Amino acid sequence: MLVFILKRLAVAVPTLLALIVISFLMMHAAPGGPFTQEKQLQAAVLANLNAKYGLDQPIWVQMARYVWGIVAHFDFGPSFVYKDRTVNEIIAQGFPVTLSYGAIAFVLAVGVGLVLGVFAAVFQNSWLDHLAVGVSIGAQVLPNFVMAPILVLIFTLWLGWLPGGGWEGGDWKHQVMPVIAMATAYMASIARIVRSSMLEVLTLNHIRTARAKGLPTHKVILRHALKPALIPVLSYLGPTFVSMITGSVVIDMFFSTAGIGKFFVDAALNRDYALMMGVTLLVGVLTIVFNLLVDVLYAWIDPKIRL
Amino acid sequence: MKKHLLLSTLLVAVALPVWADTNPRTGEELADNQAYTYRMLDSVKSLDPQLISSVEDSDVARGLFEGLFNEDGDGNLVPAGAVSFTVSDDKLTYTFKLRPESKWSDGTPVTAADYVYGWQRLVDPALASEYAYYLELAQVKNAAAITAGTTPASELGVKAVDDLTLEVTLDNPIPYFTKMLTNTSTFPAPKAAIEKFGADWTKPENIVTNGAYLLKDFVDGEKYVEEKNPAYWDAANVIMSPVTALVINDEDAALTRYQAGELDRTEVPAGQYPRLKEEFPAEAHSTPYACAYDYIINLADGKGNEALKDVRVRMALSYAVDRDVIVNNILQGGQTPAYSWTPPAINGYVMPDIDYSHWTQAERNDKAKALLAEAGFGPDHPLQLTLNYNTSDAHKKIAVAIQQMWKQTLGVELTPNNYEWKVHTDKLIAGDFDMARYAWCADYNEASTFLDLYASYSTNNDGKFANADYDKLLKDAKTMADPSANYTAAEQILAADMPVIPIYHYAKVDMVKPDLKGLPQHDVMQFWYAKDLYRVKQ
Repeated sequence: MLVFILKRLAVAVPTLLALIVISFLMMHAAPGGPFTQEKQLQAAVLANLNAKYGLDQPIWVQMARYVWGIVAHFDFGPSFVYKDRTVNEIIAQGFPVTLSYGAIAFVLAVGVGLVLGVFAAVFQNSWLDHLAVGVSIGAQVLPNFVMAPILVLIFTLWLGWLPGGGWEGGDWKHQVMPVIAMATAYMASIARIVRSSMLEVLTLNHIRTARAKGLPTHKVILRHALKPALIPVLSYLGPTFVSMITGSVVIDMFFSTAGIGKFFVDAALNRDYALMMGVTLLVGVLTIVFNLLVDVLYAWIDPKIRL
Repeated sequence: MKKHLLLSTLLVAVALPVWADTNPRTGEELADNQAYTYRMLDSVKSLDPQLISSVEDSDVARGLFEGLFNEDGDGNLVPAGAVSFTVSDDKLTYTFKLRPESKWSDGTPVTAADYVYGWQRLVDPALASEYAYYLELAQVKNAAAITAGTTPASELGVKAVDDLTLEVTLDNPIPYFTKMLTNTSTFPAPKAAIEKFGADWTKPENIVTNGAYLLKDFVDGEKYVEEKNPAYWDAANVIMSPVTALVINDEDAALTRYQAGELDRTEVPAGQYPRLKEEFPAEAHSTPYACAYDYIINLADGKGNEALKDVRVRMALSYAVDRDVIVNNILQGGQTPAYSWTPPAINGYVMPDIDYSHWTQAERNDKAKALLAEAGFGPDHPLQLTLNYNTSDAHKKIAVAIQQMWKQTLGVELTPNNYEWKVHTDKLIAGDFDMARYAWCADYNEASTFLDLYASYSTNNDGKFANADYDKLLKDAKTMADPSANYTAAEQILAADMPVIPIYHYAKVDMVKPDLKGLPQHDVMQFWYAKDLYRVKQ
């Protein structure tokens, strides 16, 4: 197992390097730059800016400097747009925000999704199944950019229970709507995956045997069916967790939560090269780590899977 | 118990800021609540006065810092850091007397050396400010050479004669020099703090300011809270505190939060003004804003569409745009149809008498048809054009409307091309377009900020319009006591040569709580100063 983990980590390094090179090249290939603007800068001003941010160097020098900055100083560079802040500072400030509402939303999505999925499978074709499937389809087709304004309309404007946005250090009132808006679609997907995989597992021989032994349904489900039914869900959960804790542009923009979610789009549109690389690498590293974690979990859930 | 109640009441009374019940300047009765919360579109990009390049950062910075002058609600200059100034006979030397009681938040006085330092760092290549060109625009001696790196910053035409006397030397005697001094880039800079903390000096724990407000709370990307600075020289007249800017990217979300009472001011999303005006007549406001929207025509040699090099074609296209439809049916926010490039509300600008602005649309259309036919285009030989615009609902609607107008009136086949912002700008700069959507907002409240754009030597003249008479009028204007006749003549040249099709002039369309007073009503720059705001008792 340890050898497996070490091997995977060794592969992660070239993977990240490839991610840096490809993102770097794609980013610089896009037309325009961080200082391209309607009110054009004079040649001298632009030259000074390019010199200050190292953009006057050949691209491979820029790339080498970037990688060296990270390796030697853990420095992801200055933001080209938010001039008072470095990329480290922006991520240090915004990531805890999305991590908070994303992780809560993840727990909620997994919890509710699992229960809905299991019940729907166990009581297949009953009203409960139809309800669970109905709810999850409803949640899935309702994108968060529709969900968010509806939530605000209900909880802020009509009921006056919750503030319409802001973060206030993660005060729970400010987290409720972002969490719900974030969780619903994922919850629906999880419920549907659990349902179909559970239905499959319930037809297997060992379940029939357990039932034949006279075990009560809840024991059959919890002891014998749940674990194998979770395997397909698990492969979905790794990347899902990463995309939830890195936030969403819709939620950060709509609820003004000051998370890093909005920078995934913003940084690209602004050609804020360093910030774009920073958030890309963050997602890259997290994805590698959580995929590895999922693989380890596989082995734990199903000893048949040898690592 | 009673005692406690009495005590706590007393304590509360002491703890509350003691407002005179009336505004000392206007005599109006004040409300108990003097807190102001407004929407900001995006996080602060920089609070360094010399690095600021966005309107919204300037709004925050005008509370924290103060330069030589402020603007009043009508756009007139009001002495701030300066108490008076004199100009030499040749109009090349300005001497400012500074306010002796003006202090930095660390207790040190604001001196002429702080202005010298601020201006020098603005043009210094090492700082690489996007606004470095501003002092060159203001004709300050050696500004351009310093930015280009050929002259040291110490050679800039600005000097501290003594602690309270600042002397500025210009290359050319521009008549609107003082009007340019409300821009944050010309504010003084706290040398000690900047040298101590470097780029981190604007961090909330390090920042040193000289304005009416102190930075109280700073949660980047979420909110910026300013509180009244008791040591400010005019603190007796500062009523509003605290002043909170909330970052809300989405304008619909901001409107909802305004309606929920979380904000005192927010922008009205496009197209919603008529509904809001009807529903909340005391809260929906539209005031002129110093920005112009136009379609720029590519006149560069060997670039763009050859047909557009014929002035008759350009005039036909401009005449056939029904601007009333665009402002009344698409934008619906009090914007005004544009027949000239410079917005009429610019301070001191005399609106020229542009012939086609008086015509009815039917007359314009007839004239347009005749001109286009004369240029050789008609039903069997239709004119084919492309128009670039950047991604936005409003730009798209306007492009589609104009496409229809030109199709119906002139038989022109227009292909609108939508590009992402940076791609659009890149093509604009490269001259890769037939026609392109363009907008410009004033840097200072004077017509040259618009008209200079189309001088043949202007960096921003993307269509490469070149007219020697036009250039001469603007160059001469730089040294005239009253350049308005030249501006009017320059606008007439634009109307006759039509290198751009003016479409509309902007309006600032806001929802403002009815008890909030002191926002500018006639200042097209829309500079507002938190220290001028107050809430009246309703």
